[in-house]
Amino acid sequence: MIGLAHYLTVAAVLFTIGVLGIFLNRRNVILMLMAIELILLSVNVNLVAFSAYLGDLTGQVLAMFVLTVAAAEAAIGLAILVIFFRRRGSIAVDDLNRMHG
Amino acid sequence: MISILAFYLFATLTIASALAVVFARNPVHSVLWLIVAFFNAAGLMLLLGAEFIAMLVVIVYVGAVAVLFLFVVMMLDIDFASLRRGFTRNLPFGIIIALVLLAEVVIAVSAWKAGPTLSGREIPPAKIPNIVALGQLLYSRYLFAFELAGLILLVAMIGAIVLTHRSRGDTRTPKASRQLRRRPDEAVRLTQPQVGEGMKL
Repeated sequence: MIGLAHYLTVAAVLFTIGVLGIFLNRRNVILMLMAIELILLSVNVNLVAFSAYLGDLTGQVLAMFVLTVAAAEAAIGLAILVIFFRRRGSIAVDDLNRMHG
Repeated sequence: MISILAFYLFATLTIASALAVVFARNPVHSVLWLIVAFFNAAGLMLLLGAEFIAMLVVIVYVGAVAVLFLFVVMMLDIDFASLRRGFTRNLPFGIIIALVLLAEVVIAVSAWKAGPTLSGREIPPAKIPNIVALGQLLYSRYLFAFELAGLILLVAMIGAIVLTHRSRGDTRTPKASRQLRRRPDEAVRLTQPQVGEGMKL
């Protein structure tokens, strides 16, 4: 029988892959943003699993808010990426030191 | 039985496609694997009985966020020639992926009766549909937070537009001030021409 632990395991593996993605693709901002989306997705799976387990819909409401914030974050992040590319001609974040002053 | 099978299918494919997102060489492939991961996560949520969130994941993540990623990836400087070269080689693989997604949809449709598959304590069967219950909660107790979420989206939208907007000098745009200054008495002239005569313009 599938229990809460199964869902939490899936979410944990997903979260780990997301973090791994951030670590592996240090230069590529797009892939970093995608990894962040994976992390937020795993959070959503967790919230929905707990919501179903406890029979409480609050978790699903919270998952909706996480979804909203994820969408907003993706839009702003990609907008920053576009203007960064327009200025520098690359999206390598290794040499992102314009704000050092 | 079929719900257990569906769970393992969705879980395995979610994790596998997440791995593919991270390890793919081509960013476009990464975005496409991300879409597969979102679909499978939505399937997991469907198995948990959260239909509304599952549909929301498909609509928001796949319909908006993934497409936004795709736009940006294609806008930026990517070698399209190398993209094109592996097209025929990847065609059977793409067909297999499409078939897998189709099979998943079929399985999910036949497994929806299995509903919440969590063991442990008994979950009381829902008396009202998930969407109705969620709406009742969202528009009563969490109304303020809901409005705030809308505000966050508005700020994000305005911010993205302000960040990426640039005024170009080589295009002709209507000048709003000139249009607003125009009055009816200088723009419209009433005449009453005689019968049989034309009118001078």
